[in-house]
Amino acid sequence: MVPLSNYLVLGGILFCLSMAGIFLNRKNIIIILMSIELMLLAVNMNFIAFSHYHGDTAGQIFVFFILTVAAAEAAIGLAILVVLFRNRNTINVEDIDTLKG
Amino acid sequence: MPNIYLAIALSPLVGAIVAGLFGKSIGRTGAHWVTTVSVAISFVLSVVVFKHVFADGGYYNASVYTWLVSDGIKFEIGFLIDQLTATMMIVVTFVSLMVHIYTIGYMHDDSGYQRFFSYISLFTFSMLMLVMSNNFMQLFFGWEAVGLVSYLLIGFWFKKETAIYANMKAFLVNRVGDFGFLLGIAAVLMYFGSLDYVTVFAAAPDMVGKTMQIIPGSDWSIMTVMCILLFIGAMGKSAQVPLHVWLPDSMEGPTPISALIHAATMVTAGIFMVARMSPLFEFSETALSFVLVIGAITAFFMGLLGLVQNDIKRVVAYSTLSQLGYMTVALGASAYAAGIFHLGTHAFFKALLFLGAGSVIIAMHHDQDIRNMGGLRKYMPITWITFLIGSLALIGAPGFSGFFSKDSIIEAVHASNLPGSDFAYLCVLGGVFITALYSFRMYFLVFHGKERMDEHTRAHLHESPAVVTVPLIMLAIPSVIIGYILVDDMAFGSYFGKSIFVLPQHDVLGQLSKDFHGPMGMITHALTQAPLWLAFGGVATAWFLYMKRPDIPEKIKNSATMGYKVLTEHYYFDKAYSYVFAGGSLGIGRFFWTVGDEKLIDGLMVNGTAKSIGWFSSIIRNFQTGYLYHYAFVMIIGLSVMLGWIVFN
Repeated sequence: MVPLSNYLVLGGILFCLSMAGIFLNRKNIIIILMSIELMLLAVNMNFIAFSHYHGDTAGQIFVFFILTVAAAEAAIGLAILVVLFRNRNTINVEDIDTLKG
Repeated sequence: MPNIYLAIALSPLVGAIVAGLFGKSIGRTGAHWVTTVSVAISFVLSVVVFKHVFADGGYYNASVYTWLVSDGIKFEIGFLIDQLTATMMIVVTFVSLMVHIYTIGYMHDDSGYQRFFSYISLFTFSMLMLVMSNNFMQLFFGWEAVGLVSYLLIGFWFKKETAIYANMKAFLVNRVGDFGFLLGIAAVLMYFGSLDYVTVFAAAPDMVGKTMQIIPGSDWSIMTVMCILLFIGAMGKSAQVPLHVWLPDSMEGPTPISALIHAATMVTAGIFMVARMSPLFEFSETALSFVLVIGAITAFFMGLLGLVQNDIKRVVAYSTLSQLGYMTVALGASAYAAGIFHLGTHAFFKALLFLGAGSVIIAMHHDQDIRNMGGLRKYMPITWITFLIGSLALIGAPGFSGFFSKDSIIEAVHASNLPGSDFAYLCVLGGVFITALYSFRMYFLVFHGKERMDEHTRAHLHESPAVVTVPLIMLAIPSVIIGYILVDDMAFGSYFGKSIFVLPQHDVLGQLSKDFHGPMGMITHALTQAPLWLAFGGVATAWFLYMKRPDIPEKIKNSATMGYKVLTEHYYFDKAYSYVFAGGSLGIGRFFWTVGDEKLIDGLMVNGTAKSIGWFSSIIRNFQTGYLYHYAFVMIIGLSVMLGWIVFN
């Protein structure tokens, strides 16, 4: 029997990886999108682990919701990305800084 | 009777409003009729009141309208009609009426004709409110209102630079006096809890000996402080040293108002006020002494200045200052009755002198320099005779009105025992000589001797029209006889009844009345006394210096340049004031402008706010990199901090 803490540690590791992916990545916006997906997966991992631990299926139902939302979000995100690329001819993170004060 | 009192005060106000607001539609003739008639009504009704007071023993003291009540203190409009008020009402309305008639001739060609009539009627209303008041509030109202009209009239020719300067000066100098006056009224209200004359006067004896502390640790008598503050108001209005500087400059206004406001009535408001407050002043010897000394200085030293003036109106103006000094001396010596007596006689003969000067000025085509006149006697006989009468009354020639009033004052000062009375006696005696000297210097230079005007002016010299000469004659009559008629009652008798209060130990006039044997007796007695011979000496000196040997004054002027300079510079009062006060105010103003306004408000507050925000944002701007991952990082940091705070707290 794998203890609960292992699942949680795995979730934490996945979350930290995706966070590092957001911060350390300087080149490609697609990687940021992927990192966000990975974050959601890390959360899903926690949900499933707690659901099994408590013997309650509500957590697993939430995972389905999250997966649906993540799919929709990925579709929208990629669509925005395409529009962005059309307008700016780049998806380089370093070049996208119009918010600079 | 209250309706009559109201009518007396309000009728000139109605005239002023009609002439002022509807001047265009009623025209020039309409304007002078409505105002002259309204003042004539006041005069006739004042005569009725005068008869009621003196023949039937009438007395009235009541409020006709309550303006407001605040914390138990009533602000009312009311009338106190007694002997003092009735006398003042006659003087004010009579002189005002004469000046109204005279103005018809004098201002004939002026474009501001209606405005002028509106102003002088408004002045009559204000002055009547002042003298008829039965409380300090209304007194102050009248006081300020006459000051306002005086300001408007000095600057009547508002396109003339000097007139604007003079009216501003008059207004500012009067503010200084009024500040003291207001403090005095505030002190009355604070310690007596009432503004009503009778209430305050009744409570005055209980206040003697009580003290107040203005500077902690030193006790000042309440009565003295109160009286001196009130007198500072009188110093401003009645042009006593050192607040006299505005009066000579006020001659920039048209001559009728110099006669009405700056000689006969308004400037005597201070004298009237002190006489009215005699129940207060009597209880402070210090204040009386102060009044005495200030008056004596004004009487003598302002007279001296009259000697070096060449503008006909300014000579008369300095003689007004000097005569106001005499009245003030009388007040200081507790001879209030003599002071008011002199006020009355002076009003007639000084208005006469001013209007006579105005008549000369018309004839001279508005040249006011007496050095350009001379020999006018032939051309304008009525003006000459009346002017001579005025001058004789002014110097106190026996039998003329000025003789009785001025001699009473001199004798009263002589009999007074107050500190400073010896000095005052010397001043008023010297003043008699000086008065005669400058009056007859002017008289001789204007009416006698060589004709020094240019050919063009001489060809047009002629007597002024009847509207000018009739007031001169009407004023000349009282200037001659009024002293003879009234001296017995007014100066030495019980003319004023209870309206003037004198403590027995101050009652100099009472002592003098024991030796008084009718006006004829006073004339014969005067023949053996110094003042009369001083006056004659002054006339003789003037004749010798300006008729016989005109080279001597030139020589004196050239040899005593130092003294001459001091006199022509008016003892440097004007210079000192414009350097210290005007310059000081400018300096303070400049300081507030550069440091307060430009540096503090503009620099620190307004631009400083903008600058500090700019500086702050220039630092904050560095956080706005525009990179998504930085924002995300900040979000994460914030989230962790919040979580940490929730978890560990």
